[in-house]
Amino acid sequence: MSRVRSFLTRIGFGPGQIAMHLFLLVCAFAMVFPFYWMVLTAFRPSQEVFLPTFHWLPQEFVGFDNFRDAFAKAPLWRFMANGLIVCAGILVVQLLTAIPCAYALAKFEFRGRQALFALVLFGLCVPVQVPALPLYLGLAFTGTLDSYFSMMLPFFLSVFAIFLFRQVFRSFPDDIIHAARLDGMGEFEILWRIVVPSAKPAIAAFAVFSITAHWNDLYWPLVVVTSPELAPPPLGMMYFRDTDLGSSFGSLMAAATVLTAPLMILFLFAQRHFIRGITMTGVK
Amino acid sequence: MTDLALHTPAPDRAQRRRFGARISPAFGYAFALPSFLLMLGVLLLPIALVIAMSFTDYELGATEFSFVGLENYATLTDDRGFWKALINTLYYVALVVPTSVVLGLLLAVLVNGLTHGRKFYQVAFFLPVTSTLIAMATVWKYLLHGTIGPVNHLLVALGLPSIEFFGDPNFVMPALAIIGIWALTGFNMVLFTSGLTAIPEELYEASAVDGIDSPLERFFTVTLPMLGPTTMFVVITTSITAFKVFDTVAVLTRGGPQGASDVLLYINYLEGFQYMRIGLASAITVVFLGIILILSLVQARIIERKVHY
Repeated sequence: MSRVRSFLTRIGFGPGQIAMHLFLLVCAFAMVFPFYWMVLTAFRPSQEVFLPTFHWLPQEFVGFDNFRDAFAKAPLWRFMANGLIVCAGILVVQLLTAIPCAYALAKFEFRGRQALFALVLFGLCVPVQVPALPLYLGLAFTGTLDSYFSMMLPFFLSVFAIFLFRQVFRSFPDDIIHAARLDGMGEFEILWRIVVPSAKPAIAAFAVFSITAHWNDLYWPLVVVTSPELAPPPLGMMYFRDTDLGSSFGSLMAAATVLTAPLMILFLFAQRHFIRGITMTGVK
Repeated sequence: MTDLALHTPAPDRAQRRRFGARISPAFGYAFALPSFLLMLGVLLLPIALVIAMSFTDYELGATEFSFVGLENYATLTDDRGFWKALINTLYYVALVVPTSVVLGLLLAVLVNGLTHGRKFYQVAFFLPVTSTLIAMATVWKYLLHGTIGPVNHLLVALGLPSIEFFGDPNFVMPALAIIGIWALTGFNMVLFTSGLTAIPEELYEASAVDGIDSPLERFFTVTLPMLGPTTMFVVITTSITAFKVFDTVAVLTRGGPQGASDVLLYINYLEGFQYMRIGLASAITVVFLGIILILSLVQARIIERKVHY
């Protein structure tokens, strides 16, 4: 008996480990249950939602009826395309502006460098809700509210990206930069052809972080967008809830499933980058 | 540019030696300029303006406005709605922070102690962090529904009374907090996991030599003290995130029932973008910024200490 026990302990299934597994499985169940319930309801006929008893599986299978209903009544593809456009636009400008600035902070000496870095640190603490009112007024006065541009503007600057890339660039060997200079490469070329490729993991981690943040952002689109056809996924979900369709739980859950799916898939494929993005800085 | 610099005999004060060559600081400026201009336009100028506007009675659409000094702030201190929103926000923070930090720590320690299945649990616990909160909030509203929600099915099955979470002023903040805890715990777990991997194995060996054998004892004598700075960091980060609660309120409760779930950013949003009282909304923003900055300063202190650790 004790030999069996020590064998189990050695392969990682001793009594202590089993107890931990049981506890963790209960927690994992609670964490994943909302996703399960969402998908379950999306595959259920709507009258089953109002059954007074609990069922693990649909009593009657309706296939993709709720999904068809959701796609027919709300422009879900449109919402996702909007999300994609906004996320891509933001990410491209963030990288194009943050990378050179981070490089300057990491590898150049110029007057005001320290002040600039202090501003970056200050910017890290300021959420978008703080400059929101003046930005909104500025967009209103220039007639650019309710556009893709207005949704992207506050996020073109990512002090987080500057901070992150500065850390990464600082550890890039000076000798290589120096050698490239001796080879007659221009400063611009050195940055984009030599330094940036070496920072690919950090850039991937940041990209995943940025896409997640802006795909899921509700606040700013809610402030600047009034046309439903410009809505990114969270705002689209909000409109969808408020229409009469929102009263049908089946289609509502189908819509939620569809709008959550892209990031879930991204996460399952790019877990490493997600986790690294967090552990690199601990900033959400 | 470098060539040109090499011909200059005396070192110019504006030019610095870098990697053996003289590089004009112009490159540094050129690289930093786009970000600096953006910083000016979307961060510094707007913050200056929001502070300035908090001293005015400006309303969107008004042709003129005047400086009213501290009147907006005086209005806020007399406004029960503002205090209620502030207290609700702090209540939310008080519910979300301890629970999600303790749970995140517990999960990190347990998962870290496993031989098999670490990856599986990490994915399961992290899934809520990446999910689109608005979509999942809709799911949660259904889960917590007073008559058809599974949570109430469970309560009834356990012989407890069912709760109308989003219709009862006493339960609406806890209901929102449950969603917040669900969304944040996995994030905290990842931070704790990286803190755990930084603890040197020798410390555990040394503690075994000292006769500390039970896992619980080891946790309190070695793990927890070593995780001190990480824990403080997680607490502050979570506090800031929780303090910014907005999405779930805007989508699920709109501050109701009877203002029981009004939170600071939600009333700020209403004042500024629905009622267009820019002056007053600016004052709320300044208060919000002040609180966030205090929390961030505490956080910066912790990071500094963490470096020296």
